[in-house]
Amino acid sequence: MAIDRVMAVVGAGHVGGRAAQALREYGWQGGIALIGAEPHLPYERPPLSKGLLTGERDATQCQLRSRDAWRQDNIEHVVARVKTIGPVTRELVLEDGRVIAYEALLLATGGHPRPLTIPGAGLPGVISLRTLDHSAAIAPRLVPAARVVIIGGGFIGLEVAASARIRGCHVCVLEGAPRLLGRAVPASIATRVHALHERNGVDVRVNTAPTAIEQMSDGALAITLANGEVLSADTVVVGIGIDPADELARAAGLEVQRGVIVNAQLEASVPGIYAAGDVAVFPSCFSGQPIRQETWHNAETQARIAAHNMLGAREKYDGLPWFWSDQYDHQLQVAGEPALGEHSVTRVLAGEAEIHFYFEAGGRLVGASGFGPVSSMAKEMRLARMLVERGTSPAPEMLVDVNVKLKGLL
Amino acid sequence: MSQWIDAAALDDIEDEDVMRFDHAGHTYAIYRVNDNVFASDGLCTHEHAYLSDGLVMDYVIECPKHNGRFDIRDGRPLCAPVCEKLKTYPAKVEGNRILVEV
Repeated sequence: MAIDRVMAVVGAGHVGGRAAQALREYGWQGGIALIGAEPHLPYERPPLSKGLLTGERDATQCQLRSRDAWRQDNIEHVVARVKTIGPVTRELVLEDGRVIAYEALLLATGGHPRPLTIPGAGLPGVISLRTLDHSAAIAPRLVPAARVVIIGGGFIGLEVAASARIRGCHVCVLEGAPRLLGRAVPASIATRVHALHERNGVDVRVNTAPTAIEQMSDGALAITLANGEVLSADTVVVGIGIDPADELARAAGLEVQRGVIVNAQLEASVPGIYAAGDVAVFPSCFSGQPIRQETWHNAETQARIAAHNMLGAREKYDGLPWFWSDQYDHQLQVAGEPALGEHSVTRVLAGEAEIHFYFEAGGRLVGASGFGPVSSMAKEMRLARMLVERGTSPAPEMLVDVNVKLKGLL
Repeated sequence: MSQWIDAAALDDIEDEDVMRFDHAGHTYAIYRVNDNVFASDGLCTHEHAYLSDGLVMDYVIECPKHNGRFDIRDGRPLCAPVCEKLKTYPAKVEGNRILVEV
């Protein structure tokens, strides 16, 4: 007897939700099982470190779609953990014993927050930020004058720092590397981001690593630094990156290397299984080299392509990497792959905004990164992205000259 | 009761561009394309973002945050992730002034 196989999506975050929605839009009329460990309906993550912490948004406003929309599309939200994937039988076994037979499978499992591995990392009040529940646990702690220590000077850590300052907290950011934001942005932008936070009253410490956390008798947390200094805090937020959640794929025998390896169609090494979003290692549209992206844009765009291909479309993913980070009234954006650049030029805009353009040896643009007040930068950065996206090779001096309109170079 | 408000001079906006206009506690976006003017709510329907920071290409405004797109003539959403219509307002040019009916 034939089994009614469903389209299965493991991971009910941004990617999983958008893919499930797209499966319906592309005409799939059979069952769709959207399986996630969290009890929440699919939600977007950018507000978790910003609007949800400052109180400007609530959890409902982060939802990808309303409860009714999922119901109308007849998408079954299964709150469960998946125990194993059977790529040959094409079956998922859930931890509660249920078995789901699938037609095609999308792995949208995202990532796990990288754990802090120093003594005291498990104390109450030491919180990682990845999920809605994490954000909901941090938000009420950000009261005026609360002392917040943030471990990790990457995007999440710095966004939390900005939110906590907006709420009137005392904020200290600890970064082990010599500068903020790692290699994701050029040093000149990292320097400006550092200055922006200091201007807003954040105690930013680079080359600084915590070695232990203890709870004092008054409930406060004492964070010991490598140099022996001890900081007091009411809350410690840990933002030291994620590890791709590829353990299910690995156990199922899929090719995995810090993420699930997929081809340009986002199909994994086993036919019928796809991966998208934070967990997917896919070929770069520039270099063909495997890359992984932890961004809203990547989630949004890969979800749709993966869904389309689950239905047999064979569509290629050639989206340009892009992300933004909002801190105070400033924004940072990176488009393309600046790391592939052989040389770069800077366009200095009014309002203390700047855009860096990166060229490969042949003169083609491969990336752009911008920083400044949103209103000074957003339009120009959008055009910069389009220039990169279209593979243009503009003369560097034209990009430097603000009298030359970027629109005219498209 | 609706009324025509003087929002800006035509020359305040470059052709194929948008500017922000605040009036009575509300934010609008005013567009100029091929010397026609249009007006809409100033914030994206998807998330808090000023459309005046977005890019106008032809009769399309793209939200600076998530690249949701709207037709500025009727506020119709054109691509994901937005699905909610953008509210538009009548706009016209008189002399060198842009007037918006709010």
